[in-house]
Amino acid sequence: MTLEAARPADVGHATPPPPLSVATRRRPAWMGQHVGTALVLMVGGYALGHWAGNLITGSYSAPYFVFQNDAAAFLGLLFGILGWLTGIGALNYPAAKLLGREPTPEDPSEGWIRYFKFTVDHKVVGLQYLVGVLIFLFTGGLLAMGIRTELLSFSGTAGSSPIFNPDAYLQIVSAHGTIMMMMASSLVVGPLGNYLVPLMIGSRKMAFPRVEAASFWAFMTGLVCILASFGFGGFDTGWTGYAPLQTQDKAGIDCYLVGFAIVGTGMVLAGFNIAATIINNRAPGLTWGRLPIFVWSMLATTSLLTLATPVLFVACLFGGLDRVAETAFYVNEHGGSSFLWENLFWFFGHPEVYIMALPGFGIVAELLSTFCRKPVFAYRFSAAGMIGVALLSFFVWQHHLFQSGIDPDMRPLFMLTTELISIPTGLIYLIAMGTLWKAKIRFEVPMLFALAMFFNFLIGGMTGVFLSDVPVDVTLHGSFFVLAHFHYTIMGGLVFAFFGGLYYWIPKMTGHMLNERLAKIHFWMMFVFFNLTFFPLFIVGFLGQPRRVFEYAHNLGTLNDIASVSAYLLATSFLVFVANFVWSVFVDPKPAPANPWGSLGLEWQIASPAPPDNFDRIPIVLNDPYHYGEGHRVPVADLGLVRAGAAPPARASAESPAGASPSDGGTWSDDGGRAGG
Amino acid sequence: MAVTSNRHWRRLLLIWLVLSAVIDPIFWFFVGDKIPPGALSESNVANGATFDAKVLSVTAIPVVIAVLVYGAYALIVWRQPKGAPLTDGPPLRGHAGIQWAWLGVTTAIVLWVFTFGTYELVQPEGAGGGEGPNPVWTPTSNTVLPVQVIGQQWYWTFRYPTFGGFETSALVVPDHTAIAFHVTSLDVIHDFWAYQIGVKADANPGSDNIAYATPTRTGSFTVRCDELCGIWHGAMYTTGKVVSKTDFEQWATASERKLAPLTKTLPKFSWVYVPSANPGAAFAADGSRYPVISPSLSPNSDSPASGGKDSFSKEEIAPYLGEGQP
Repeated sequence: MTLEAARPADVGHATPPPPLSVATRRRPAWMGQHVGTALVLMVGGYALGHWAGNLITGSYSAPYFVFQNDAAAFLGLLFGILGWLTGIGALNYPAAKLLGREPTPEDPSEGWIRYFKFTVDHKVVGLQYLVGVLIFLFTGGLLAMGIRTELLSFSGTAGSSPIFNPDAYLQIVSAHGTIMMMMASSLVVGPLGNYLVPLMIGSRKMAFPRVEAASFWAFMTGLVCILASFGFGGFDTGWTGYAPLQTQDKAGIDCYLVGFAIVGTGMVLAGFNIAATIINNRAPGLTWGRLPIFVWSMLATTSLLTLATPVLFVACLFGGLDRVAETAFYVNEHGGSSFLWENLFWFFGHPEVYIMALPGFGIVAELLSTFCRKPVFAYRFSAAGMIGVALLSFFVWQHHLFQSGIDPDMRPLFMLTTELISIPTGLIYLIAMGTLWKAKIRFEVPMLFALAMFFNFLIGGMTGVFLSDVPVDVTLHGSFFVLAHFHYTIMGGLVFAFFGGLYYWIPKMTGHMLNERLAKIHFWMMFVFFNLTFFPLFIVGFLGQPRRVFEYAHNLGTLNDIASVSAYLLATSFLVFVANFVWSVFVDPKPAPANPWGSLGLEWQIASPAPPDNFDRIPIVLNDPYHYGEGHRVPVADLGLVRAGAAPPARASAESPAGASPSDGGTWSDDGGRAGG
Repeated sequence: MAVTSNRHWRRLLLIWLVLSAVIDPIFWFFVGDKIPPGALSESNVANGATFDAKVLSVTAIPVVIAVLVYGAYALIVWRQPKGAPLTDGPPLRGHAGIQWAWLGVTTAIVLWVFTFGTYELVQPEGAGGGEGPNPVWTPTSNTVLPVQVIGQQWYWTFRYPTFGGFETSALVVPDHTAIAFHVTSLDVIHDFWAYQIGVKADANPGSDNIAYATPTRTGSFTVRCDELCGIWHGAMYTTGKVVSKTDFEQWATASERKLAPLTKTLPKFSWVYVPSANPGAAFAADGSRYPVISPSLSPNSDSPASGGKDSFSKEEIAPYLGEGQP
């Protein structure tokens, strides 16, 4: 209690008259709208919706158990999400605009509380997303441990008594798949996309900062929905939620439908916000030809997010109506079709696969250029390749339905489109091999992850060609081979690229270097045990183990045991990462230099962590971020900083003809932005 | 920047050629035929899936070797020692010839894989995959034995329309005979995966999904459900048998006779059945276990569905099932 507070009379005289507008009222940080109020309103909203659902369906719905009323579950979840978004403050601005009032500006975000609030700073949202996706990742990972435990040979071979009963096992499998799919679709776009795109394109903010924040808080409700499903007995459909089973399933499937719909909404919001930012907020001089590859990958990804995800929303809406309002979109015997769900789901689902792949391509291209100290090889091919992947990904979905009994005439066509997409995808290897040519390769931790990504994705991509081939797919479809394939592309590709990007950009995001020794332990554990976990599963699939079974033939016991034990060690590697992060950022922080990797990227030319307004003034981009070895005098951008001794950007003197540049260059001497350098 | 005339290229090419020339034949002659469902299985496959996997593998192996050899070579030759001062590599932004050559080669590989895959798909009866109610790639043989596969939570049953439509939980098929598996479901989507004979087809409620296979050897094969269908999905498996034509004929006629009283209580044979989603509809007035679309109403019953090949009477098919049978 300070003196001033104890003497109200004095305060009244000393301060200006009380403010009229709510906006300027100063409150303690914890009193505003934050995650606490959001939680309270979510629980309240859920209770209200659940009560209302039971009320309106009371006449004909006589559930065996009160938590099996679909209407109550649906309304509860919808009101709960609405309460969450209201409580966090996401609806303040649109509500004020709707009512014709002056919107209240968001609190100036300061201190640790800003990470628990609805904030319009893209850097805060990026870090919120980072923690959010890691929570998703580790929750899904824990569930994966449950799966691998069930499939240990003493529990999984035919005839032995399993650890989890079949229902619990399928609940774990389904929640694992759904949480991981939600996580992977935002894994890079959320944290790195939101944090880095404005920095890379020389902008101070996103095009729609409130939309950006809303996308994060919508994303987080997805996890709440899936975890809430356990309260309804879970759901047994896997992440694909195929229709007659979906219609038949317990009320837990309502959480899946609502959760995917709300996460899908968040994906659309995040997508068009980032796309609009890239198109409109580029700094002067940042032509399309100078755009960093990572930003190109974000642009390609956002095109998929905005165009494919609405289909998922519609599919979930139909499924919800089938369950709650007795419509028959997916009910064969009442005029619907179970094929409709399969088509809608995979029409979203296959672009979704590239939503998860493209950001990884963007990251590894950036990392290779920095740690090879060479320009990205075939820049235009790589940008065009990503756009090509994005376009083609809309024309391949029926390869998920090769054996489903749809019209077989289309099968060669979809085999062709599926195999064609490997051409633009393969360009990432052209870029890698070209960039590695005569490079100055530095084995920093991010580079190790990037190289591992190329190794894993090679296996993942090649096995994809086997799956795209219809005759071979007759054996492999729906088996553990498919499972190993997409874990190699999503985990081996995207998650490895994500961690590479994380080790690379965390100094910029937090201002702290991560411990290198722990980082290397993390890398080697993750790389070795990832491969030991999933490579045996290719063989297991080829030998006839279908996905999502709790029981398999006796001859597959050893391979499953290898996979399970490796999976535990793979999970341990993430603990090393968490320990490293906590140690290096909170316990024993070491300040990071502005440009620890000597990168030419625009985001590295400002202080670490990025200052509140990113740039003192909007930079003028003078060069692309990949001009390694092309002379030292043209920086990537004119940041408008007055720096003693820094030569003014002079184009003429700087550009030496590429052919004349010595292949081994001089020592790197561009000090633009290297703190203390 | 002289990229093309370089000792690195020659070395890389040599390593790649040697490794490919060693590993590809090893795979082709010693490994390829053992990739299931091949020699490991008890009854061989007539469709080309094994051969196709083999061709795909020897196409893929040199590509994988090329990338791995290049990567290893680059990392060894061009690595910087730890703590070396930051030096830039050559500012090589691209090479039109190499880029277009890369596009050309990858396109050629893709088109080859697509062409061969399509040939293998079309040639042997749709490669054993479910072709829906109107198959386009059918067996060359004039006689096809139809076997109906009915999936329900959580077991398989099989009906033999050419033997009075009896229903059994034992799957027995003759060897050296083209078999049309008519896969359907009574509730949710299942998937009929007859592993060793290379058949996979989704069992959709209200839909007749036809897949062909011609077993060439006698023995047993595993049948698993390959599409998540609910809690006991993992336990939905059985074993099928490929027997000689004579044995099959004996077994089928005996089963038909033995099961005749039971067959009378079954719903009339139909290619599709209406799932019993409506309470009270599960049992029809005549005691049918599941309601039936009468064949005249069924869209599939008189469609050119199976090219007319599903409608063989017992008499028509008998000569092909063994000699000396009544």
